[in-house]
Amino acid sequence: MNDMNLTRRNFLKFSTSAAGGIMIGFHLPVMAEAATDGGAVEINAWLTIDPDNIVSIVTPQTEMGQGAFTAVPMMVAEELDIPWENVRHVFADANRHVNNNNLYTTTSTGGSTTVSRRHPYIMQAGASARERLRVAAANRWQVPLERVVAKQGFLTADHEEQGTIQGSYGEFAAEAAEITLEEEPAIKAYGDWWLLGKDVKRLDVPLKTNGTAIYPIDVTVPDMVHAAVQACPVPEGKLVSYDFDAVKDMPGVIAVVELEQTKDVPAFTDLRSAVAIVAESWYQAKNALAVMPIVWDNGRGASISYDSQTAEAMQLLSGPGTLLLDEDGNLGKNLDKGVNHEAVPGLIEASDRQVIGEVYSRPFETHATMMPPCAVADVKDDRVDVWTFTQDIARSLNEVADQLGRETTNVFLHQTYLGGGFGGGYNMDVHRQAAAISAAVGRPVKVIRSREEDIAQDSQRPPVWGNYKAALGEDGLPVALVTHFVGEEKMPVFSQRAVANMPYLVPNRRHEYSAVQNHIPIGYHRAPGANSNGFIVEQMVDELALAGDWDPLEWRIKMTEGNEPWQRVLMAMKEKSGWTTDMGGGEGMGCAVVESHGTIAGCVATVAVSRRGQLFVDKLQYFINSGYVIDPLVATEQAESSAIWELSHAMFGGLMLRDGRIVNTNFDSYPVMKMPDTPPEIEVHLEMSEDGWWGGLGEPAGPPTPPAVANAIFFATGNRVRSTPISKAEL
Amino acid sequence: MALTLNINGEDFEIDADPQMPLLWAIREKAGLNGTKFGCGIAQCGSCTVIVDGNAVRSCNTPVATAVGKSIRTIEGVSEGNDHPVQLAWQELTVPQCGYCQSGQIMSAVALLERNPEPSDNEIDKAMAGNVCRCGTYPRIRAAIHRAAELSKA
Ligand code: FES
Ligand code: FES
Repeated sequence: MNDMNLTRRNFLKFSTSAAGGIMIGFHLPVMAEAATDGGAVEINAWLTIDPDNIVSIVTPQTEMGQGAFTAVPMMVAEELDIPWENVRHVFADANRHVNNNNLYTTTSTGGSTTVSRRHPYIMQAGASARERLRVAAANRWQVPLERVVAKQGFLTADHEEQGTIQGSYGEFAAEAAEITLEEEPAIKAYGDWWLLGKDVKRLDVPLKTNGTAIYPIDVTVPDMVHAAVQACPVPEGKLVSYDFDAVKDMPGVIAVVELEQTKDVPAFTDLRSAVAIVAESWYQAKNALAVMPIVWDNGRGASISYDSQTAEAMQLLSGPGTLLLDEDGNLGKNLDKGVNHEAVPGLIEASDRQVIGEVYSRPFETHATMMPPCAVADVKDDRVDVWTFTQDIARSLNEVADQLGRETTNVFLHQTYLGGGFGGGYNMDVHRQAAAISAAVGRPVKVIRSREEDIAQDSQRPPVWGNYKAALGEDGLPVALVTHFVGEEKMPVFSQRAVANMPYLVPNRRHEYSAVQNHIPIGYHRAPGANSNGFIVEQMVDELALAGDWDPLEWRIKMTEGNEPWQRVLMAMKEKSGWTTDMGGGEGMGCAVVESHGTIAGCVATVAVSRRGQLFVDKLQYFINSGYVIDPLVATEQAESSAIWELSHAMFGGLMLRDGRIVNTNFDSYPVMKMPDTPPEIEVHLEMSEDGWWGGLGEPAGPPTPPAVANAIFFATGNRVRSTPISKAEL
Repeated sequence: MALTLNINGEDFEIDADPQMPLLWAIREKAGLNGTKFGCGIAQCGSCTVIVDGNAVRSCNTPVATAVGKSIRTIEGVSEGNDHPVQLAWQELTVPQCGYCQSGQIMSAVALLERNPEPSDNEIDKAMAGNVCRCGTYPRIRAAIHRAAELSKA
């Protein structure tokens, strides 16, 4: 079986168990990569049309539950004008993309951008195909182009002699593929849509109710072996020695492979110093690795703990930080460029209505995607096949080529569904590990990270510490504000998101930042930066409002006057949520609004705190303005999902870092939200501006959730929760 | 050692160490990949299968203890993806990434076979061992009620 030359399509149709002998056929049309067999004609790289008028639409982004595999086909189908039942989705061919000048522009899947940023060229692909079909029909029928109508999969024209003539797209596909347009058509405007804007169920739902959706962990290749890996438990540390003799006779054990770190301080996607055991079964590999003696040189990280980072942060917060500019080097779009930022602290010191905030903080969090990172690699002399946990198939393909020193033309990275992503599929080296191990043992290998290894080695969400001081004017509204946020040194930008860009019209603002030492790898974590910073900013807002005798919701409305997108959200919160600051009886409502990914998301939380200090989050209401929404059903699912994601971290999360290592190991020591903790009511209101802008929807409902809950706790109990997990706070 | 497992009504002759977790026997030996690995320590429910009518975590069940019992996995829930639980899951678009859903569905099937009309509290209790990082809990709760309704019809 070793020399069997399986084509990619065969791989996806058939699989063999490692035990050998049992062939299971799972033919999944939607799992196929873009293909042109079976009479289907490729009109452009994005779509093929077959003779039965079935249109297969390519999605270059990954599907991790967020709906890319439905959104991209919807955008193409809208323009092509084909009945939704005729649409099939297919994975993009990463090799073709990489080796053809980034054919699909980008395969990156993050930042809630699949629709918001990519719609112009994705819709264009559908529009272009439709126009070429029209031209093909006009040519064949010899009628003027204006007479040819393309609608719901059919081309129709009034012919002078023949009367009304009609043909399916499928009948004209081959001719359309040959046509070059003189000018590409413009995409449709909002208001002209027939499909976008409607509730459309995700196409991948049925595959996920009978176990047939394929994730990297499910890929099996003939002659495949299994590997368990361990990198230095203190990141940046290195392997010194190991004793394979101690475990080599354990059942199933085949080999040990040392993974060498190629750079002194690796980038997040470089191979880290690690060791792998290869065995017949994954559990045998894991058992052997668990008992193999390994010596590590822990490096500088061994002296870093969360406590030492906190002490450093406190020290930094007691002095001034660096003036914060936004990502474009500006002062933030809502900051008055004419203000003398140096003078702001002096204004506060001179005021007799000062508000001095206490320190807020959020700890490290981990992704703990439901599927632990996993990759399969089959490295042969003339080609390399890889399946992996990635949010960017092209980037991962390039990384594998780099790892092995191969040409990208010979590397085939096959997309599968992902068992969650949340940003965790970016800074990932599991496919480098699989490629290196397969090359070393000369057989296809499946690497699965144990949950313990995942939590130890993940690119984590970084901690943040922050405080503020302000001066209030006669009307109780702030006239001057200084904030200081402390992040960590690897990606300090995360301590700045949603801070300089807060929309509140304080006339004199100054934002500062600092960073503590850190050796833990950092990654994108669903609404990065905004997720932790929102907790601080939006509780600060409540503190400022209350100090000035303002209702917190009225304060936000007043302080964003003239800002239509925010006003739309805030007015909806006021009118629809039953807002009150006076519930009594241990209950409270709290509100918060955070803008991220171009979308403004407001949350109103209703909580109850028992006499014994037990917290119940009874209700969460969301008011979200993303400009446009193409699929309200999926937008609602994503809001629910991000809400529970963030509430989970606020209530139960928190990684502990001690002597350089993450102390939490698995779901027993890193608890996440489960069904009994889930708020009984989560309501989502899409409050669209509908005026020409597109915000993202995969993440923004998360960030306002923890501060809305914390503000509600304040109204229920009078206690302010300044750190998470809330489950550890005294209420 | 040679063992026989009865999975979804079919006998699988496998060669495995008796201590091998049932999860890996199902996935690697029987080649049924619908049952997932999430934690390995009975803390997430991704690996849930039904053994003699009870939802169990296959990741910490030694394969030898499942010999002679009836094992049901996601592949055996229905032929046509049309068990009331599956239909309710599709109607309410429960799955997102989908990775936890085989386990969720097996827990829900076991619950409804024992208790055809569970209350919210009973659902919470029966489903408390199944983690979903995508946060599909509100839809799972609603879909279990819906499946109960569909089963009556
Ligand atoms: S894998 Fe068995 S409970 Fe998590
Ligand atoms: S659907 Fe993704 S973990 Fe449950």
